Amino acid sequence: MSRAIDLGRRRFLTVALSASGALLVGVRLGFAQDELPVELLGDDLTPLGPFIRIERDNRVVIGARGCEIGQGVMTSLPMLIAEELDVDWSQVRVIQLPYGYIDTGKGPSNRYGDQGAGGSTSVPDGWKELRQAGATARWLLVEAAAREWNLPAAQLRTESGQVIAGDGRKLTYGALARSAAAIDPPAEPPPLKKPEQFRIIGRPTRVADAHAIVTGQSRYGIDSYLAGALTAVMLRCPYLDGTLDTLDDSEARKVAGVRDVIRIPGPKPGQPFTAQLADGVAVLADNTWAAIRGRDALKAAWKQGPWSQESTSALAAKANELLDRNEDGVVVRRDGDVAKAKKQARYKVAARYEMPFLAHATMEPPGALIDLKQDSALLIASLQSPGGASAMISDLTGIPRKAIEIRMTRAGGGFGRRLENDFVAEAVLIAKAAGKPVKLIWTREDDLQHDFYRPFGVHALSATLDRRKRVTSWSHYCAATPRAYRESRQRRIFDGCLEPDDFPAGLVANLDKTFFPVPSGMPRGWWRAPIHTFHAFAVQSFVDEIAVETKQDAVKLRLAMLGEPRQIPFSGHGGPYFDTGRLAHVLTRCAEKIGWGIRRDDGHGIGIACHFTFGGYAAHAFEVSTEGGDLRIHRAVCVVDVGRVVNPLGLEAQMMGGTIDAVSTALNLAITVKDGEVQQKNFPDYPLLHMAQSPRSVEVEIVESTAEPSGAGEIGVPSAAPALANAIYAATTVRVRKLPIMPELRRML
Amino acid sequence: MHDRTERPAPPPSKHPGAPAPLTLTVNGKPYEHDGDPTMPLLWFLRDMLRLTGTKFGCGVGACGACTVLLDGKATRSCLLPMQNAAGHQVTTIEGLAGNGLHPVQQAWIEEDVPQCGYCQSGQIIAAVDLLQRKPKPNDDDIASITNLCRCGTYPRIRRAILRAAETMQARK
Repeated sequence: MSRAIDLGRRRFLTVALSASGALLVGVRLGFAQDELPVELLGDDLTPLGPFIRIERDNRVVIGARGCEIGQGVMTSLPMLIAEELDVDWSQVRVIQLPYGYIDTGKGPSNRYGDQGAGGSTSVPDGWKELRQAGATARWLLVEAAAREWNLPAAQLRTESGQVIAGDGRKLTYGALARSAAAIDPPAEPPPLKKPEQFRIIGRPTRVADAHAIVTGQSRYGIDSYLAGALTAVMLRCPYLDGTLDTLDDSEARKVAGVRDVIRIPGPKPGQPFTAQLADGVAVLADNTWAAIRGRDALKAAWKQGPWSQESTSALAAKANELLDRNEDGVVVRRDGDVAKAKKQARYKVAARYEMPFLAHATMEPPGALIDLKQDSALLIASLQSPGGASAMISDLTGIPRKAIEIRMTRAGGGFGRRLENDFVAEAVLIAKAAGKPVKLIWTREDDLQHDFYRPFGVHALSATLDRRKRVTSWSHYCAATPRAYRESRQRRIFDGCLEPDDFPAGLVANLDKTFFPVPSGMPRGWWRAPIHTFHAFAVQSFVDEIAVETKQDAVKLRLAMLGEPRQIPFSGHGGPYFDTGRLAHVLTRCAEKIGWGIRRDDGHGIGIACHFTFGGYAAHAFEVSTEGGDLRIHRAVCVVDVGRVVNPLGLEAQMMGGTIDAVSTALNLAITVKDGEVQQKNFPDYPLLHMAQSPRSVEVEIVESTAEPSGAGEIGVPSAAPALANAIYAATTVRVRKLPIMPELRRML
Repeated sequence: MHDRTERPAPPPSKHPGAPAPLTLTVNGKPYEHDGDPTMPLLWFLRDMLRLTGTKFGCGVGACGACTVLLDGKATRSCLLPMQNAAGHQVTTIEGLAGNGLHPVQQAWIEEDVPQCGYCQSGQIIAAVDLLQRKPKPNDDDIASITNLCRCGTYPRIRRAILRAAETMQARK
């Protein structure tokens, strides 16, 4: 039995009774005609249909729908449900939901709503849907008690998983679950709590499954095993779009435990990346080590592809040449008349900034366990886009999506890498050829050499100021390897590199943002706070340079550019508005917290920056000094405004982690290419920050806000690197305009 | 699906002339390995014993996600061949505490350290090793841990180690 109520926008809340008498409440998108299958909750490996399950012994199980990649959705999303359900968080057990594909007959849908992890949308989406799921379950339980006691529901209240009558009588949710499940859901979505009634939302809440993590019981994709599955590793062509020339696998086949060696051709050069990334050979074995040894024993010769001349130095030269020539640029945004402003300018400032390719380097490398049957498939993997994985498997096998089961696990980091499902495609292709279930393992070398890299590019910024030192024009020319590359979907060529409406668009009357594509064979993808990590370094470093050149205070200059608090239109993700007042506020608070403007005589430098991304506002400030060629970070401050906060402890973690990720990346990380081959192999040449190099603490201040919540997984990154570079300038008068910082600093100091 | 059964040591190899299997102790139980003696301990723990709390991160000893205790000392299991692990006592994250939690694990929960959580088994093992050597660690002692965390949980790791140190001191 299953019923649904319309939540509008083709979203439906579903209510059902399980075979064991538990109340099940879920939400789904799509069309109402099909019945929600009632699935039984077993152990963690059994699919769980809905979000909420109330056992008759009053235990509450809440399903977490999102991909947990470290951003905390395993905790924050169930908190939203528990709040409106009105249970104690200590009563709640959280479990990971599987991918919830349903075929509505009119197209694909998902019984849980959006499950992907990208663009910091999990909390804003869940804020609307998941609270409603909790509120409807509560409504049903209250209604059940009202009928039991023959009292109007309006006279009843709830608290800690109980319905309470005016005379003090109480019934637990567990006792009411069976009768509640038999009641028709309300015609209209029941009202939600007022914020002042919140008992869970806004309260610091620890990671829901921390116990499993610290005892080694948590399951990641790589921890999945399946009887009869072979472990596969791939040898991939090291050259961009290169191909296999000759292969001798005789030694590999002699390695004990190796079962097969299978050729997996790569995509056609120039064609969209709809499956795997590179030409290669799979070695299948009884265990991982045998597969790795087998791969080591392969003797492969490769043909270099069309990009054999590609190198980072050539890309940089090409980008600078395009910027110098300034012809045929793609207009990103133009306001006013920059040329006229230049003629009237009192001050002119210009600088170029170079950004490297970046790898995602998730601690858990990509991988997938796949079992293909005649008419069905099972995937267990660490994912960010389970919908994409489902579609990919169906495309490659012809198995209908409704027959593809995807079990989502905790993922050992995401950062955008798992928005691509090339590793799923590889596993499918190998399993198809092998006729056996396959567990594909990527080594770290595979991961660094075959990624969808954050684009490479050079930003040329120039600005003019009038005699009162007000910014009168702003030009941002960017020559970069476009993020849009070999995709089936159409994008604007500058998408992923420049955002038309980002700061200072709308704040400077004369504005010119122009893009120049630099051809490259490097696959490109989304890297945490994409676009924003790519250009905010240039923009926020350049504001600092303007302040220095024109002898202005860098905070006051930013505040003057932001102007009066107001909402200005923002067409990009995180819009429709950009609130100048909220950005000014985080900047001001950050300046106060770091002690901006206080005269120092200890040789330490302070730098600051701010940015708006995906609906959130952040400012960073650092206090640094240098000793010899070493950089010391004495303080790191981050002030953030993401609207109403669901889990302050989780938000602090994201800001701390985002700041350190940004520092780690800015100081030392770059992927470089030479002769059409990625040069980095493993962590020794892609050195993430150690604890010794990391700031001892990140002082995070959270702005209290009643604004609608935005996500927090990405806003902690963009302003950190420019604030750090600005602090280095303040300490040393060395301006780092090329990332990563440390090689530049050592060269210039 | 997840075969979590820890297998008892199998009987000695029946093949005449075959080398004697390697023996070692993992979390207090004896095991034998008659496969490739060059197999790193990491893959024996994961693929053979299904003790998957010990993670693969780099395979070159750089990241520390695979850290286990070998005779009580933090060791990168991805670089330790089974022939060199033989005869030793191995403790993994799963065997760190008997019943309940080790004070370091408890501190990790209380300081809310994990984000993606993938490196944390190795971080916890490294912290246990540190606190055995330095029961009252200073900041530099803590910073001697070289395990990598891609999520940037280092500040909370620092706090958790100091908290665990206090707990362990108080218990003495």
